[in-house]
Amino acid sequence: MQTFLDQVWIARWPLWDGFLLTIEIAISAIVLGTVVGCICGIQLLFGPAISRLLFRLYVDVMRGTPVLVLILAAFYIPSVVGISLNATQAGILALSLFAGAHIGELLRGALQAIPPGQAEAARSIGLTFPQTLTYVLLPQALRSALPPWINTGVELIKGSSLLSIIGVGELLLKTQEVIGRTFMTIEFYIFAGLLYLAANISLDQLGKMIERRVQGR
Amino acid sequence: MENVQPLLEIRGLHKHFGSVEVLKGVDLTLRRGEVVSIIGSSGSGKTTLLRCVNLLEEFQDGDIVLDGETIGYSIVNGRRHRLRDRELSRQRSMTGMVFQSFNLFPHLTAAGNVMLGLRKVRRFGKEEARSIAERWLSRVGLASRSDHYPSQLSGGQQQRVAIARALAMDPKLVLLDEVTSALDPELVQEVLNTVKGIADDGATLLIVTHEMRFARDVSHRVVFMDQGQVVEDAPPAEIFGNSRSQRLAEFLRNTRT
Ligand SMILES: Nc1ncnc2c1ncn2[C@@H]1O[C@H](COP(=O)(O)OP(=O)(O)OP(=O)(O)O)[C@@H](O)[C@H]1O
Ligand SMILES: [Mg+2]
Repeated sequence: MQTFLDQVWIARWPLWDGFLLTIEIAISAIVLGTVVGCICGIQLLFGPAISRLLFRLYVDVMRGTPVLVLILAAFYIPSVVGISLNATQAGILALSLFAGAHIGELLRGALQAIPPGQAEAARSIGLTFPQTLTYVLLPQALRSALPPWINTGVELIKGSSLLSIIGVGELLLKTQEVIGRTFMTIEFYIFAGLLYLAANISLDQLGKMIERRVQGR
Repeated sequence: MENVQPLLEIRGLHKHFGSVEVLKGVDLTLRRGEVVSIIGSSGSGKTTLLRCVNLLEEFQDGDIVLDGETIGYSIVNGRRHRLRDRELSRQRSMTGMVFQSFNLFPHLTAAGNVMLGLRKVRRFGKEEARSIAERWLSRVGLASRSDHYPSQLSGGQQQRVAIARALAMDPKLVLLDEVTSALDPELVQEVLNTVKGIADDGATLLIVTHEMRFARDVSHRVVFMDQGQVVEDAPPAEIFGNSRSQRLAEFLRNTRT
């Protein structure tokens, strides 16, 4: 045990860097994914036919493809068409597109679940459609979409470990490097697992906190 | 009074949902300050008529003229065109609508519900919107509830907030669709009293109701609709007196009160 803790201490900076990168990747993907998801969810429900079709296609492709395949695609395809992305950027791209589809779909569901009387009451006092969306529909939809949105965040933290495949130095890859040096396989995998767990529990708690604040209303 | 232009004029209104014709040429006129109740059996098209006036439904033929302006459609080269969202929104804001199921915004307080239209449609500043909202909430007897969320209010209180929300916009015409039907019996009276107070203040009201006593007390005229048409349009004394048409007599016999 003592030797394991010594090894952790020796490897503290690489592991810390890996952990930070994992968090950065997850945050970037959830932010970009939320932007894409908002556009996607609104278009799926209210967009013109062509845009509904395209976003439906996007959602189905993203949801039907393993995340690992998305990551490999984001890593190899852009260079073919002349866009150069480093591994981290490619990974964030893949995770964002994945998250965008999921968030788009869950936002569509949340918007659709709002009773039609809400939009009618908003229009009847003279709000335009964009105003109705901004001040009446989205605030309600985002509220009910919060728990699954947090879930998507948890998926992204876990999914970021897949980026180790394309050589992104996030927590899992750093852990594997340390294992390669120390041969303390089980100990370090458990250690990494606990770090992922801590990140996910924190995110979960954050979600619960926001939920408490906006509910009871 | 005769030469004054009516506030609302509905002429030959036709509305169908798919192949089902729901309004079959409705004519109805309201003068400023007039209170008109619409009665009629379920499915006769009362709600649909109000929704057409509030431009929540499209209609296929006829005109609705509000304070001299033809609303909902424009005629270009002899063809009817539905107006754009922005224009429809402006016209909608001239009428207030109170719904059977309140439809308060659950994420906003009572004051927030009333203020939304004042801020975003009427473009009042925050302070001014709040003071107008407070004034209307106290007008409907809810001064102490302005910071409550809808879920913290009784049905009767929610409906009174909805009435304040509609009236605060200073509409030319207020449409009320069975505003007490979703309420527990003991909460009906407080809402009816609120409506009566507003009528006494001189608002122009078009009221769909199943409360016959209320219709008789509050209205200048009562309109009886049946199967998508206006069958009777007369002062309450006449409607509830010796009913002229067979269908009205039958309807009143089946509803009573
Ligand atoms: N969105 C819709 N699609 C299809 N048919 C509809 C729709 N809304 C109403 N209808 C039909 O139109 C007719 C008139 O309905 P409306 O709601 O206007 O009646 P109403 O007089 O308000 O009845 P009630 O007293 O029960 O409220 C009914 O036959 C109804 O089934
Ligand atoms: Mg009705």
